[in-house]
Amino acid sequence: MTAATVALARRALRNSFRRPQFLAPLVLFPTMFLAVNVGGLERTTSLAGFPQVDGFLDFQLAAAITQSLLLGGVSAGIAAALDIEGGFFDRLAASPTPRLAIVLGRLLAASVIAALQVVYFLVLGAIFGASVKGGVLGVLCVLAIGVVAGTGFGALGVMIALRARSASTVQGIFPLVFVVLFVSTAFFPANLLSPPADVVAAYNPLSYIADGLRQPIAFGNALEPLLEALAAAAGVAIAATSLSVLALRGRLRQA
Amino acid sequence: MKRGRPSLRQDVRTIGALMRRGLNEILRVPGGAIPGVLAPTIFMLGLSAAFGEAARLPGFDADDFRTFIVPVGMLQGAGFTGAATGVNLARDIERGWFDRLLLAPAGRPVLLAGVVGSACLRCLLPASFLLIVAFALGVSWPGVGALVLAGLLIMSLAAAAACYATVLALRFRTQQAAPLMQVGAFASILFTTAYVPRELLSDWLRAIADVNPVTHVLEGVRQGFVGDVSWASTWPALLAVAGLVTVFGTLAVRGMRRQGV
Repeated sequence: MTAATVALARRALRNSFRRPQFLAPLVLFPTMFLAVNVGGLERTTSLAGFPQVDGFLDFQLAAAITQSLLLGGVSAGIAAALDIEGGFFDRLAASPTPRLAIVLGRLLAASVIAALQVVYFLVLGAIFGASVKGGVLGVLCVLAIGVVAGTGFGALGVMIALRARSASTVQGIFPLVFVVLFVSTAFFPANLLSPPADVVAAYNPLSYIADGLRQPIAFGNALEPLLEALAAAAGVAIAATSLSVLALRGRLRQA
Repeated sequence: MKRGRPSLRQDVRTIGALMRRGLNEILRVPGGAIPGVLAPTIFMLGLSAAFGEAARLPGFDADDFRTFIVPVGMLQGAGFTGAATGVNLARDIERGWFDRLLLAPAGRPVLLAGVVGSACLRCLLPASFLLIVAFALGVSWPGVGALVLAGLLIMSLAAAAACYATVLALRFRTQQAAPLMQVGAFASILFTTAYVPRELLSDWLRAIADVNPVTHVLEGVRQGFVGDVSWASTWPALLAVAGLVTVFGTLAVRGMRRQGV
């Protein structure tokens, strides 16, 4: 099964890099948001209750990474839906390929792209003056959280694709990405969010993931937020992968 | 049988038919239209929930962040609608429908007017939905005059965005150019005084906002929501939007005239 998973992951990655128009939005939109948020709201760091940071870019970098990873999930879903629409999925189902590899191959590709997304934003931040306070260990923590979270979001996208079987339907969840992001602490500290976003943010796994990504970048390494972020990301990944496998079984029964 | 250039009445009927076709897509493909209608409202709600405390900054000239951000949502709706028009045109090109359209005895500017006209009307849908939600949440009524002016400005901006997206659709002839269309519309609206008044922007963003004509359009739409409507804020908005429509309209007409030659 490992060989099939790796082969399918390589195919998914090749397709992604062959169609940069699908990859570009993953970093273009979050980069634009990052620029506008930092340029427009830089002075909010002086608000009472805002944590002590070197600059708003340090704070916002985690938001951009989280947003990019979520868009990566949408992109993985669209790619899976295109495979279904184009008939590749049915040909795969008719072959002796291990069923689990169909999902895991896509998720392995999603995790590689997630790692690249994290590296892109860390380099971008470094260019514009943000440094990772946690040093090399901090970078590795951000990378680990990002990869696990990116895999989870990819699994969510694949699950939706397997159920919807339509790329345009998966594309339709794009606004939802922003909904879940806005009701988290990705963009602003929890104590400065307006109700009811502050209440929802406390239960939103994205808050823990964003806070975990932010901790080594803006404040330095601390065990608790990092573990909470990893637990939240792993929770999303395990739950979404399980749901994807269930969706796959349902799809195969219908095929 | 008399043949030649269609009459003005025939041109108007052609434009009307193309506009109806554009509007029909909302009903025929609601799954494609709903995200575009909802997105500006989601942004308005989300941004005000996340960044609402920014209204406490000294120099912020609105009562609350939500009121300040509503006009941005209206412009976003116009930008998304314009970009979607380009994507739809690219799809028509891919499927061959556009080539059949070119065989019709209608001038290329007439065909463009139909496509762009549908964008002007469609952009009112996300704006109306956004305003209904905003007023329900307590955003103050800006007055009929301010709303009419805002409607005129966002329709014109949608026309400019549709022309821009049409240029790209005619150039690339594929829906894969969609991100280019969306990013252009999105960036032009965000790199303005979208989040905070000009005085609170960081230097580099203020420099971009100052040369970005959409900043004037945004300030024109924002009248009534923040402060009173004044000619001093209205004429730059009208001039900016007229310039955008002229520039992108000219490019789009040129692109249309090159088709099928």
